[in-house]
Amino acid sequence: MPRHEGMHFNYDEIVRLVRPGSSVLDLGCGDGELLHRLIHRKQVRGRGVDREEAMIVQCIARGISVYQGDLDEGLKDYGSGSYDYVILNQTLQMVHRPVMLLQEMVRVGREVIVNFPNFGYVVNRMQLMFFGRMPVNRDIPYQWYDTPNIHFCTRKDFVALCAEMGIPILHEIALRRTHRVPPVLRNLFATEICFVLRGNHAPEPAQTSVSSS
Amino acid sequence: MILVTPNDAVFDDGIELDSGKRFAPISVRYETYGTLDWSGSNAVLIVHAFSGDAHAAGYHTVEDRYPGWWNEMIGPGKPFDTNRYFVICSNVLGGCQGTTGPGSIDPATGAPYALTFPVITINDMVKVQKRLIDYLGINRLLAVAGGSMGGMQALEWAVSYPESIASAIVLASTSRLTAQGIAFDAVGRNAITSDPRWNHGNYYDGESPARGLAIARMLGHITYLSDESMGEKFGRKLQERAAYGFDFADQFAVESYLEYQGGKFVDRFDANSYIYLTKAMDYFDISERFGTLEAAFAQGADRYLVISFSSDWLYPPYQSKEMVFAMMKAGKDASYAELTSPFGHDSFLLETEQQGRMIESFLETTYAKA
Repeated sequence: MPRHEGMHFNYDEIVRLVRPGSSVLDLGCGDGELLHRLIHRKQVRGRGVDREEAMIVQCIARGISVYQGDLDEGLKDYGSGSYDYVILNQTLQMVHRPVMLLQEMVRVGREVIVNFPNFGYVVNRMQLMFFGRMPVNRDIPYQWYDTPNIHFCTRKDFVALCAEMGIPILHEIALRRTHRVPPVLRNLFATEICFVLRGNHAPEPAQTSVSSS
Repeated sequence: MILVTPNDAVFDDGIELDSGKRFAPISVRYETYGTLDWSGSNAVLIVHAFSGDAHAAGYHTVEDRYPGWWNEMIGPGKPFDTNRYFVICSNVLGGCQGTTGPGSIDPATGAPYALTFPVITINDMVKVQKRLIDYLGINRLLAVAGGSMGGMQALEWAVSYPESIASAIVLASTSRLTAQGIAFDAVGRNAITSDPRWNHGNYYDGESPARGLAIARMLGHITYLSDESMGEKFGRKLQERAAYGFDFADQFAVESYLEYQGGKFVDRFDANSYIYLTKAMDYFDISERFGTLEAAFAQGADRYLVISFSSDWLYPPYQSKEMVFAMMKAGKDASYAELTSPFGHDSFLLETEQQGRMIESFLETTYAKA
């Protein structure tokens, strides 16, 4: 799947979350940049999934194992708890069935790292409120009719969904572009939200220490 | 124009076949392109499909009209870059293009083997290739690459000689033929054996079962194409006439094409080889020997590139996916692409650009890691 051109979630934030030597499945891995960093800095055993041929070629050129497939088909061939991390980077808002994918991700991954643009970001709210138009800005550069983002949500929406689905949130990072946003401001001022979710086959709580800076 | 000379290697002691018999002697026709480096680590084995041969690239003489069958992929600066890699291609056991097959002379009788040739498997073909690789002084192949029946051989290499290959490149192939695939093979064999000239395989001193073989090939060709590619290429056009004449001289363009392909094939292919090779493909099932596909790959080679084609209904993408998931579960480094192409099974011979880029990148990273 195409990475959202206007958004570049700080990959290093994700790299920091991942334990060295673990196994990682990156869904919508794009050109493999995140996996490349994880493999080199955290010595992970990584594998990517992407829909686009051009991305597959780039991953192979980087020596990354990659599978050309559609996330809307789900993860049925992946064993439960078969990866330490399943990552969905900037892709949740592009899939047709996000709830099914989340269910599958927490089944396959012991932990799930998911990030997405926060539609509740103050600039979006103001564009809608004052101009009565769908937000189009540097963080969301598409018109409503040709956007790959078919399932936008706000930070609050996502937290509510996790509660409804019974998925525990282990950790959260809120960013305004590349800078951290303090918790009290994150609903309004974060452009990007990254959650670490607990998978169905999570390791014991004592082991889920997160080495964030 | 790159000129190549075919070579023959003879193994007097032959091989032990899967059927339990020893078969000897075996002569192998092969060609090589590029230069083996000092450490012998840049060798790539190309394994051909059902009707292919050892002539994968270049030309034999300056008068040749056509180059080898995969010339687009093999050569200087091409995906199998002969400036970097030493590329080998040999004709398969049971074939009819230089390697010992049913049409070869049995030294014990002085006559062609015909049906006294033993029933062989894909694994038997690979055993012969292993002998050739040893003979050429290569310890470990950088990759074994092939499409269709060639992909089966690449898979067989991966699970039978994992220590001898760094990677396998499997195109438009399967770990086992579908019932549908076996059915088409069976009809092809029936077309041959129903031709009175086949004479239980003994036709080498007279006329060959050309009609039966041509019909088998016509059937095969249908399975290599797709509804879309046939529609695009021929549509419902008549070959000679503008309007229907309502007599049997009316020939649709697709009929004419199949006749042409069938006729061309009988000049270069032996009917008994058709029978033996299709049977070998029908037997092929790497999960059988190891219990499951996952178990087969668990003890197999470490790196794989698997490519399927969207319109290939003979070796459908779902079978490639099944293999790749078994490789993944076995903890192997496996990449998979399903290329969009209208050309059916033949895509692996035609879509050289997309798959070429993937193969080139895959070989490069394999070479860097090896």
